Amino acid sequence: MSGCKDCSNCGSAAVIEFPKSATLPQAVAVIGPPNSGKTTLFNQLTGLRQKVANFPGVTVEQHTGVAELPDGRAVRLIDLPGVYSLVPRSEDEQVSYDVLTGARADTPKPEAILLVLDATNLGRHLMLAAPILALGVPTLVILNMADDLRGRGGKIDVRALSAELGAPVALIAARSGEGIGQVFDFLAGVMPKPAPKSLPVLQDVPKCRAWASQVGNEANYRAPLPPKWTRRLDSVLLHPVLGPVIFVAVVVLVFQTMFTYVNPLMDGVKWLFAVSGNWLATALPAGLIRDLLVNGVWKGVGSVVVFLPQVLLLFLFIGLLEDSGYLARAALIADRTMAKVGLQGKSFIPLLSAYACAVPAILATRTIENKRDRMATILVAPFMTCSARLPVYALIVASFIPNRNLVPGVLSTQTAAMLGLYLLGFLAAVVTARVLKSSILKSGRTPFLLEMPSYRWPTWQSIGLRLLDRSKVFLRRAGTVILLVTVLLWAASNVPFTHGHPPQIVDSVAGTIGRTIEPVIKPLGFNWKIGIGLLTSLAARETIVATLGFIYGKNPESDQLGLQQALQHDLTLGGAFALLVFFAFAMQCISTIAVVRRETGGWKWPILQFTYMSVLAYVGAFIANHLIG
Amino acid sequence: MALKKRKRKSAGIDKNFGREHTETKMQLSGNSAQSEFFTGTLMDLRRGDAAILNRIDLPVDDARRLMELGFLPGTRITAGFSAPGGDPQVFQVDGSEIALRRETAKKLEVTIDHVTRNRKPRP
Repeated sequence: MSGCKDCSNCGSAAVIEFPKSATLPQAVAVIGPPNSGKTTLFNQLTGLRQKVANFPGVTVEQHTGVAELPDGRAVRLIDLPGVYSLVPRSEDEQVSYDVLTGARADTPKPEAILLVLDATNLGRHLMLAAPILALGVPTLVILNMADDLRGRGGKIDVRALSAELGAPVALIAARSGEGIGQVFDFLAGVMPKPAPKSLPVLQDVPKCRAWASQVGNEANYRAPLPPKWTRRLDSVLLHPVLGPVIFVAVVVLVFQTMFTYVNPLMDGVKWLFAVSGNWLATALPAGLIRDLLVNGVWKGVGSVVVFLPQVLLLFLFIGLLEDSGYLARAALIADRTMAKVGLQGKSFIPLLSAYACAVPAILATRTIENKRDRMATILVAPFMTCSARLPVYALIVASFIPNRNLVPGVLSTQTAAMLGLYLLGFLAAVVTARVLKSSILKSGRTPFLLEMPSYRWPTWQSIGLRLLDRSKVFLRRAGTVILLVTVLLWAASNVPFTHGHPPQIVDSVAGTIGRTIEPVIKPLGFNWKIGIGLLTSLAARETIVATLGFIYGKNPESDQLGLQQALQHDLTLGGAFALLVFFAFAMQCISTIAVVRRETGGWKWPILQFTYMSVLAYVGAFIANHLIG
Repeated sequence: MALKKRKRKSAGIDKNFGREHTETKMQLSGNSAQSEFFTGTLMDLRRGDAAILNRIDLPVDDARRLMELGFLPGTRITAGFSAPGGDPQVFQVDGSEIALRRETAKKLEVTIDHVTRNRKPRP
């Protein structure tokens, strides 16, 4: 306060220093255009105290978090989706507009706004300030990337800009935390209502842009030089020849890591579960409860948690690619190829993620603005060979395909079979995309627009938070859906009791169900035991491995055999191939169905998708069984 | 049906910007010693070429989206890098780099005012 004597005429536009207020705002909205560093700031302010959900009824993600002020008080922050304007056209803009105006019943009307703009591109980003300030809510205009602005020779008079906008302005660098104290001061202080001199007609983009230029001029804004390093890197990464080579190298590296280098980690997790399972078995008294815990719960959950390293590694890669800015270049390079099957460059990353898991892949389709392209990407994503299919493929391939060298040292028959299965899923996706885009999802009216952000170093904080978030989602799935299924299966195979003893698996409820559906799956070469596996794998594909292990372990005929021998005993070669094809095509994943329902806003699409994929799986398996068997 | 109707309606933004645009043009034509002007679309630009945007021949909503990204009539656009094969192409406009597909670029009418030397003819 005292330092402000020299500018008695600045009035309400005094920069940042306010008397401390006793009442804190209940909710503060964070908004800004895409690539303004909004999420980085949100992470800086909230750290681990944040959670992700969906705004009810729409497909827009809602990030909320709590910012702890230096004096110990707390403020609730809502991170709104990145938008270029507040004209409610897309769903993102509609949600942002509704939240800011208090039109959503589920979210309290924010009492203050943090408007995050990229200081290096202020001319264009200031356009968003007009509709935000027009709301009349106390607003802090945050000019992010101050370090970049300085480094590239740009400048801005923060005080003049504040006077021009009639709102406090803070020049910060969210990545390094520079100037972040000003944001805390704003959150802790009394916030003056903005009193802008004159705002442009909001509907008129050229006039808004002219207003932004004029405000920038008044504040002596000098735009920085073009980012030198970005141009240099692009001349290599978007080189007509080198560019695609690097692109392929990156994709190969991601795959190689996910499927080869990660093995020791996965073996480690497996070992942990085996050791702790054995310990549990010796620590507990023999009986039903021990059986449930060791054979039901621990084995079931363990079979899923094994994939955690793989999923985390994939998200580490995606996080690095996205935060560094390469992802946009990858989408650019992939666009032409994706366009051939009716999709677009932005579909590439979701489809690549689908190789780890369809759930995050479907969430990642949010970056696709074109609704029809997005829908098509969602519908084909489950065809990509996700990591849940791996243990099933691995088991069957190891049991039925003798390991011989095709190309010594490079390719064995088993590797070739695995690659063939990847190709099968990929082809199914391509054909389906083509069919969809030339029928029910025809036309791509919305133009393809892709902003190329400057290259930046990813921060460990943002990558770490993302990985933590994904682990939570993944483990919650393992802890709920799969746990429930294994417990149900365990229960169904232990009733009804005869003479006070659990029944033979054939006579149990599970066995009866399996034998009931046997006629339907017989043409595919499957018996009732595989049938039970197929039913449990409706929840999640990988549960079939645990289920079969469980059933064979209970069956006196086969309990002495390993799982592989038991399978060889039960399936013909045709049946084995049929099972592989079935798993390549079928949509056996409750989580995916749930996320598709959420993202498409109804049951129509998930039902269509499930039916289509099941029919394809059945027909494919039937053909495989009869061709080979 | 509804889609077809909307398609015909294109943004008449050039009217609002007519005057400013003409001014820009006159100013530039007074300085035409080193390069000649010709009108075309963004699709005609090769890397390093620059042009002034005249008009966006797209439905209102799409034109607005482009304008929010900086593609305003009267703005100078420079062609940057592109994907292999030249499609999509990155354009430098209003401090950002935005990639457009050829099908969109050909809807943006421009006056080309700077052509890089040693330009290869379009195949």
